[in-house]
Amino acid sequence: MLKRTPYDVVVVGAGVVGAACAYYAARSGLKVAVVDRGPVAGGTTGAGEGNLLVSDKEPGPELDLALLSTRLWRELAEEFGARVEYEPKGGLVVATRPAGTDLLHGLAAQQRAVGVEALPVAADELRTLEPHLAEGLPGGYLYPQDAQVQPALAAAHLLRASGADRYLGEAVTGLLRGPGGSVTGVVTGRRELAAPAVVNAAGTWGGELAALAGVRLPVLPRRGFVLVTEPLPRIVRHKVYAADYVADVASGSADLQSSAVVEGTPAGPVLIGASRERVGFDRTLDPGVLHRLAAQAAALFPVLRTVQVQRAYRGFRPYLPDHLPAIGPDARVPGLHHACGHEGAGIGLAPATGLLVSRRLLGEEPELDLAPFRPERFEGAERLEDAEGES
Amino acid sequence: MDPLDLVGAEPGPARTILFDGRAVSALPGQTLAAALWADGVLAWRTTRRGGRPRGAFCGIGQCFDCLATVNGRPNQRLCLLPAEHGDTVTTQEGHGRADLEV
Ligand SMILES: Cc1cc2nc3c(=O)[nH]c(=O)nc-3n(C[C@H](O)[C@H](O)[C@H](O)COP(=O)(O)OP(=O)(O)OC[C@H]3O[C@@H](n4cnc5c(N)ncnc54)[C@H](O)[C@@H]3O)c2cc1C
Ligand code: FES
Repeated sequence: MLKRTPYDVVVVGAGVVGAACAYYAARSGLKVAVVDRGPVAGGTTGAGEGNLLVSDKEPGPELDLALLSTRLWRELAEEFGARVEYEPKGGLVVATRPAGTDLLHGLAAQQRAVGVEALPVAADELRTLEPHLAEGLPGGYLYPQDAQVQPALAAAHLLRASGADRYLGEAVTGLLRGPGGSVTGVVTGRRELAAPAVVNAAGTWGGELAALAGVRLPVLPRRGFVLVTEPLPRIVRHKVYAADYVADVASGSADLQSSAVVEGTPAGPVLIGASRERVGFDRTLDPGVLHRLAAQAAALFPVLRTVQVQRAYRGFRPYLPDHLPAIGPDARVPGLHHACGHEGAGIGLAPATGLLVSRRLLGEEPELDLAPFRPERFEGAERLEDAEGES
Repeated sequence: MDPLDLVGAEPGPARTILFDGRAVSALPGQTLAAALWADGVLAWRTTRRGGRPRGAFCGIGQCFDCLATVNGRPNQRLCLLPAEHGDTVTTQEGHGRADLEV
């Protein structure tokens, strides 16, 4: 074993959430180490999309987190800007049937009450915003706060700017324990890293890390596929999706949900994502799901029928049974903090998570009430988990 | 030594493809990329940003470097397409889909 290095905090996980934790902790003067068993962004961060959305969230703790993150992403964009492909392009949510516009009006009214910008778009204005959009759609809403980043670049730049020491290719296999069972560092195959605080930013594998500390955190995988088209000029200007998407995101069902979210990228390809289904860590390519995504995207943008899909990839979103992340200190184990379980919104929610975690590391008052994100909230919730768990 | 002799190949009669209007000969079963390489052509696309030359890289359909316009369709992987008589390959500039620009 190498000599112990004293850090203020060890972050486990070099995905976007771990990188954001490292960034904000270092910015407040803490000495940070980041450990990952793989490379930077080698987990779900490198296997998803980079939508930073407020539009798909109903008022509640997740939307509060998203609004805080929206503000933080804007600040970060001033520092990193084009290097993380930040694009404040806005989201366009379209109704696909007349009844859908009523649903959108209702949701937008609730969201506006808590600070979301949502502008109604009449049927005849849709194609001014998106010239390739299908004709005859009944209307929609423009959400100017929705934005986009390239997740792997975002994680890499946040981590670099943090100046944290990186230990990559080293799995955390155990935790150092102090008096009273407190966590005082991590053990990897190559070394021990001592620190008075350890942040669990292990994403979809956060439950396993919690188990090393002897506590339960029921993080489970929710699979998603993304289609990548051939490189194109900007044929899609906003992030565009059908109103049904919001219901999919909130769904507790294990069955497949899919409603295409379509967006262009600075590199050229259009991304079409993403399906949601709970099938464990099954990596099998499912052509049926890909077909459905493609058909839904082509229904929104008929021009996509003339475009080739070059490839597809999949990732596993880290979800907790109530669809909220675990953020902050674990009341059961002194020294252990959590920052995981962000499901399909971890890129968007990363900065707020990092900031709130660092507030608690320093014993400062966080910007938001962390009660809804308490890591120990699933204690004794066996039945809920059975109902929500994998089928 | 001619690689055909090395393996004792007896290919059928060559066919002709057109590369930027110029006739190039291709053997049956040869991909468009292989036929162009055999003719000494290494690049048939320019990149979207820097305008730099590109041709085949992996040769097995994975990298999407070898894109060009084939018979009017942009973004075809030349390393996967068997050369057919009369195929027209055109050097592709950038994404080749300027027609979709809005
Ligand atoms: C198809 C798809 C589309 C998505 N689209 C979006 C989107 O548009 N917008 C959005 O905001 N989110 C999206 N997401 C969700 C987003 O990708 C995740 O919420 C986010 O990446 C989670 O980041 P993370 O840092 O928590 O996890 P990860 O990126 O998975 O990082 C966790 C890291 O921990 C490491 N690790 C785990 N265990 C150990 C250990 N014992 N020792 C050492 N290291 C360990 C892993 O190697 C990994 O690198 C999408 C996800 C998918 C699958
Ligand atoms: S050379 Fe790589 S895909 Fe054709």
